[in-house]
Amino acid sequence: MSTKIEAQELKEKDPMYSLGRKHVLDLDDFSSEELETIFSSADAMAEVMSRDIKKVPSLRGKIIMTLFYEPSTRTRVSFEQAGKVLSADVINLAASASSSTKGESLINTTRTLEAMGADVVVVRHPHSGAPYLMARYCDRLRVINAGDGRHAHPTQGLVDLYTVRQHLGDVSGKKVVIVGDITHSRVARSNLWGLLAMGARVTLSGPATMIPMDLLENSGTYSKNNNKGIGDIEIDTNLDRAIDSADIVMALRLQLERQELSLFPTIREYCKYWQVNETRLAKAKQNVLVMHPGPINEGIEITSAVAHGIHSRIKDQVKNGVAIRMALLQELLLPKTGDDV
Amino acid sequence: MNIPSKQPMRIMDEESLDRALTRIAHEICETSIGINSLVLLGVHTRGVPLARRIARKIELSESVVVPVGSLDIGLYRDDLSAGYSPSLKASKIPELTNKRVVIVDDVLFTGRTIRAAMDAIIDFGRPQVIQLAVVVDRGHRELPIKPDYVGKNIPTSVDQKIRVALTEIDTFDAVELKEDIE
Repeated sequence: MSTKIEAQELKEKDPMYSLGRKHVLDLDDFSSEELETIFSSADAMAEVMSRDIKKVPSLRGKIIMTLFYEPSTRTRVSFEQAGKVLSADVINLAASASSSTKGESLINTTRTLEAMGADVVVVRHPHSGAPYLMARYCDRLRVINAGDGRHAHPTQGLVDLYTVRQHLGDVSGKKVVIVGDITHSRVARSNLWGLLAMGARVTLSGPATMIPMDLLENSGTYSKNNNKGIGDIEIDTNLDRAIDSADIVMALRLQLERQELSLFPTIREYCKYWQVNETRLAKAKQNVLVMHPGPINEGIEITSAVAHGIHSRIKDQVKNGVAIRMALLQELLLPKTGDDV
Repeated sequence: MNIPSKQPMRIMDEESLDRALTRIAHEICETSIGINSLVLLGVHTRGVPLARRIARKIELSESVVVPVGSLDIGLYRDDLSAGYSPSLKASKIPELTNKRVVIVDDVLFTGRTIRAAMDAIIDFGRPQVIQLAVVVDRGHRELPIKPDYVGKNIPTSVDQKIRVALTEIDTFDAVELKEDIE
């Protein structure tokens, strides 16, 4: 098998399946119709989760493996719960306890999981692009990216978009401010593609050291005095200005483990300029939604009062996580054809 | 590509469809089980407006309010390769335990949809009795399922298609038979 397959080929369409794709690697190639299919399905899944008996037989006999090379609570658990509610068999592999510690390559691990009969592998990996590499070596196996390095986290992106849609209905034309360490945030990237597909206006904010240069350079009009990004993306390092009349504010986790990169002088200084607090929130729309992909550093990127306040939709994000992942598994694994029988 | 199929043959028009639904509504009321605990469950997509229409007819003649629910059986299908509905809809189910549940659907064919619907219903509660009302019974059952209330029996060949069009979804009321030439 040739190892030089373009990323495009991995996104080959599979018309046999309702989602029309084999793998879920990022949201950058999702159409708004595809997003709507998942969201409509998630509504049905939310109804299942509200029942006394949270169990339906739709994925009976399917095998879902989760392979996590990085710690995770909500993503892994929500995938496991989603699979189990749909009656699939879910096998959790902790990478620290797998043969990767004996030096097995990711490619061989992929082949092994496929040979064992897995239908889907849900993978999180510290290196950007790892799920793409796995996808190249899959024949029948499907890959869902549950976060790769700083690149993408498509299922969290779907959760966030679904939560927004739940509260605002139509997202097009709405102003979304994403604030924090954009460069290192795979959530920010995936959200960005999804939000743009749905027609939102996105403003990125945070310290200039945390705004990705590729976005700044592609804009062509970027200057130190701020502003104007590609497409409908705006960049404004001044949060007090960026937050003005925002419909949605998404705070990102300050990745303290990356503090040694010296991207900002002190946490205190970060809080002073980029913390989402009540004073700043007052400048946004009156019914602004506050979101955070979790886990939260309370009192750093967001104050406790805001994180648990009336504008916060953080709990909904966690709750929707299961419904969205159920919808994704269902739509990815079940073939569709024509008529009702 | 497909050779264009023959013009669909109209088997029921707006009037005869309405008359059939009126008759089904009356038959549901006439049984000895009683209509006090009656719940109508429409199967997505066309069963839902049909259940609403039958409920309205019962309400008019008997002056009782009949709870109507909707059921998407997409999560309960056994035939994964044949006929998975393109997008799932949320089910809305009233209390079912100890109720008389009538499943309402447009066409009864293999019976697999109804089997899936019964599985779903049993996950929601334990009805006293489950019955089935359909506008068209076209035969070719693959399971031991028999409707309790039928609008019209239409003998068909497997290649033919039956379409029940409803104003709520298709802008007109009719039942059509189509030869499926591919």
